[in-house]
Amino acid sequence: MDHFLNPLAHALSALLQPLLLLAAAPLLVAWIRRVKARLQNRRGAPLLQPYRDLRKLFAKEAVVARTASPLFRAAPYLVFAATLVAAGTLPLLSLRLPSTAVADAIALIGLLGLARFLLVLAGLDAGTPFGGMGASREMLVSTFAEPALLLVVFTLAMTAHSTNLASMVQTTLNAGLVLRPSYLFALAALLLVAIAECGRIPVDNPATHLELTMIHEGMLLEYSGRHLALMEWAAQLKLALFAALIVDLFLPWGIAAGFAPGALARAALALALKLGVLGALLALAETVLAKMRLFRVPGFLNLAFLLALLGLLSHVILEAAT
Amino acid sequence: MNTGPLALSLAGAAVVAALASAASGLLATRWPRTLSWLAFPLLALCGAAALAAGLLALAGASTTTAILPLGLPWLPWHVRLDPLSGVFLLILGVVLVPVAIYGPGYTRVFRNGRDSLAALGVFSGLFVTGMLGVLLADDAFLFMVAWELMSLASYFLVTFQHEVAEYRRAAFLYLLMAHIAGLAILLAFGVLAARGGSFAFAVMRSHPPDALWASVAFALALLGFGTKAGLLPLHLWLPEAHPAAPSHISALMSAVMLKVAVYGFIRVVFELLGPPQWGWGVTLVLVGAVTAVVGVLFALQQTDLKRLLAYSSVENLGIVFLALGLALIFLGSGHPALAALALMAALYQALNHALLKGLLFLGAGAVLHGAHERNLDRLGGLQRRMPRTGLCFLIGCMGMAALPPLNGFVSEWLTFQAALQAWQLGSGLLRILVPVAAAALALTAALGAAAFVRAYGSAFLGRARTRHVRRAHEVGAGMRLAQALLVAACAAAALLPTTVVGLFASVTRQLTGAGLDQAGSRGWLWLTPIAPNVASYAPVPILLVLALLGGSLVWALRPSRQAPVRRADPWDCGYAPPTPRMQYSAAGFAQPIRRVFAMVYALDEDTDAATATHRLLVRDRLWGWLYAPLGAGLDRVADFARRAQTGHVRRYLSWSLITLLVLLWIIS
Repeated sequence: MDHFLNPLAHALSALLQPLLLLAAAPLLVAWIRRVKARLQNRRGAPLLQPYRDLRKLFAKEAVVARTASPLFRAAPYLVFAATLVAAGTLPLLSLRLPSTAVADAIALIGLLGLARFLLVLAGLDAGTPFGGMGASREMLVSTFAEPALLLVVFTLAMTAHSTNLASMVQTTLNAGLVLRPSYLFALAALLLVAIAECGRIPVDNPATHLELTMIHEGMLLEYSGRHLALMEWAAQLKLALFAALIVDLFLPWGIAAGFAPGALARAALALALKLGVLGALLALAETVLAKMRLFRVPGFLNLAFLLALLGLLSHVILEAAT
Repeated sequence: MNTGPLALSLAGAAVVAALASAASGLLATRWPRTLSWLAFPLLALCGAAALAAGLLALAGASTTTAILPLGLPWLPWHVRLDPLSGVFLLILGVVLVPVAIYGPGYTRVFRNGRDSLAALGVFSGLFVTGMLGVLLADDAFLFMVAWELMSLASYFLVTFQHEVAEYRRAAFLYLLMAHIAGLAILLAFGVLAARGGSFAFAVMRSHPPDALWASVAFALALLGFGTKAGLLPLHLWLPEAHPAAPSHISALMSAVMLKVAVYGFIRVVFELLGPPQWGWGVTLVLVGAVTAVVGVLFALQQTDLKRLLAYSSVENLGIVFLALGLALIFLGSGHPALAALALMAALYQALNHALLKGLLFLGAGAVLHGAHERNLDRLGGLQRRMPRTGLCFLIGCMGMAALPPLNGFVSEWLTFQAALQAWQLGSGLLRILVPVAAAALALTAALGAAAFVRAYGSAFLGRARTRHVRRAHEVGAGMRLAQALLVAACAAAALLPTTVVGLFASVTRQLTGAGLDQAGSRGWLWLTPIAPNVASYAPVPILLVLALLGGSLVWALRPSRQAPVRRADPWDCGYAPPTPRMQYSAAGFAQPIRRVFAMVYALDEDTDAATATHRLLVRDRLWGWLYAPLGAGLDRVADFARRAQTGHVRRYLSWSLITLLVLLWIIS
């Protein structure tokens, strides 16, 4: 199996797949808001609203705190770039993605960690109490979420005998519909982690404007203009990335093996459908759940960690022979 | 061409340069400036020679031995340079050169102080000599002599500022623990020498002890080298002693001396003990995992910058020993190729930790030099006052947090890849243990990121919390150059993983019989430790894309007339403008994690509402659980023994007589 038959197609694949996710990310957020509004008997904003917000922010002047260092201005670009590179290692439509060899699943988590590291530093940079508060809380959440995420990847990598995302997807596709207990545990853990990592209810409220309850918004409080636009877009991309990760690892059916146009169109349709369902589920969960107190969050994420560990152990105990 | 003899003579030259540096340190009693232009350049020379010797030994994969006309009449000193010593000579050299460049600028302030510069010069030279001796020794006698030289010289360096009571106490604790460690290592060598009847390592290699005695020797080696490396529960001296020494010495102690302990452990366990048993690996994995998690949890709570770095060293050495344990498990269950992978991860982690911790300790020294403060709760805003030091420190913190594409990530990734191969193990128990250890490592990595976000964020970002920090100044050119050199070395380790792995493969071939043949099979760009379709990682494209993407975004979004950048006060919620006192403190930043992991810490915390003060002490529970009872027990034994010491000559004479009679009775 030679992956390097057609360099141009591969380069295009590596270039277009992340850009597609980037372009679709605001739409996913709009879709979640729309479903949530409908569930709450509101009409909700049109689906293009996040794009309009981004355009508006890009055109506005940027206000930078006098107390901030140069890192504050560099951070939005780096956070955005790191998140986009992370998204670039994820097969969306076609499994033939050369960038899966550049960074495997562990490096993907590492790149998200890089984005978070810079985001948290940016939160601390202006020297305001809210930035510090958001930074401290973000590190609390990530301390528990990141190991759980790694364990989920380990569980699947032990089955696939590879940490390469394309190989992992291929293994799941080859195995067909097999009910593995380890996958069920891992899926549950990944759902909890995704909610925490993307700052959704019940861990963080993306719609809040009360400074004391903010985590993600607290760190962004000093940002405005194009800096804020990049940070917001990166956060939307991260949400789409996690949804795509769940789809890739657990429900990859429909993804194209090569570059045949028909298969690609089917893959795009399947992906849109799956992301739409996941988004609707998130909207439903956010409607029926309330935000937790901060110190309930470690318990929530410990559950994710334990589920992932159970997945790993059940793989070792029950499935290792296969 | 056999480069072995050349490498060994270079290593010999390094020893001579270190001794000459120690001798020239004496001149500093009369002429303090000689330290800057004689002792430190000689140390730099020594570092360069050690670096070259290490590289040659690794590249040539050669083993060279020699016998020196020194030592005991029946046991001349054997020296040997093989790839394993080569790795650690490389580590020593690559840290020592920047430290020697940094030294003159840093020690200038001591010229007018009360502390003896001559002591600093002499013991620095002897310290380096001792470390080189340990790395080159090929018999237990020379090894122990060099080991004790290293321990004693570093004791005098820790107690350099001896007028501070806290430092004297730290130094005494260090001396005590170093002696316990030395005793355990000596006993381990005793066990090993018993079979072949010689203290030469060559004889020990050909006469390994039987399984039971090998396990005894393993336990003693773990106790001895583990104490020096700061493994739990023997780590308490480390966060006391490392911050007490001058910062460039702290860098040497943390970056190099701890690695020398790792070297000794690898030498004894992988070479001299005979066939490895997987039970040893299990012990190491457990000890390493606990050490890593507890170490990083304490690093997260320190407000003293240098103590934070010292606790982070405890964490990193835990990771190194965890990877060594994986190597032993794989080796003991008959998977030499996987053992080579785990050993590679351990060596890479040792190299990365040396580079990063050297960089960070030099950065902490620069902060101490420029701002006269090392308490995170009084620092702040240094990035704008010390931009270059700040940038170097940020790179060090990102490396320590194991973020791609920096070097800390490479070794962490290799360790994960080794752990993920646990499915090849036969025993179900091991198949469970290894992934759980990987989970502990994942937790450590996340906590480490939090610890270094907090360290950099509190010291360099935000606003200065005290007046003297607001007047901090950037350090001189030499001190900046030293940090830049270490950043360059980190970049090489980060971006050229296949080169490093290729160099270190001669060590894994020496110790496990397997190299990582697949590691560079796709070319130098791709690190593929097991096989290209199992896992691959390419840091250069990641860095390139990040730079390209970031650069083009900056260009596309450059300020224009419609969308300029304006400076303003930070958001104040419409009330009073925020003051530096209103920032999150370092203690406050870590409070959520302190609360969640409260069972690990011995917290001493109280708040006085009347004076609006808050006091917080985070101590190690082991003081109360282990050290204080041991100390009290020792006191009681000493009290008991004192009854014999009455001060009457009659009593002493009778003791002598009784001893004599007993000895005569034994002989007869």
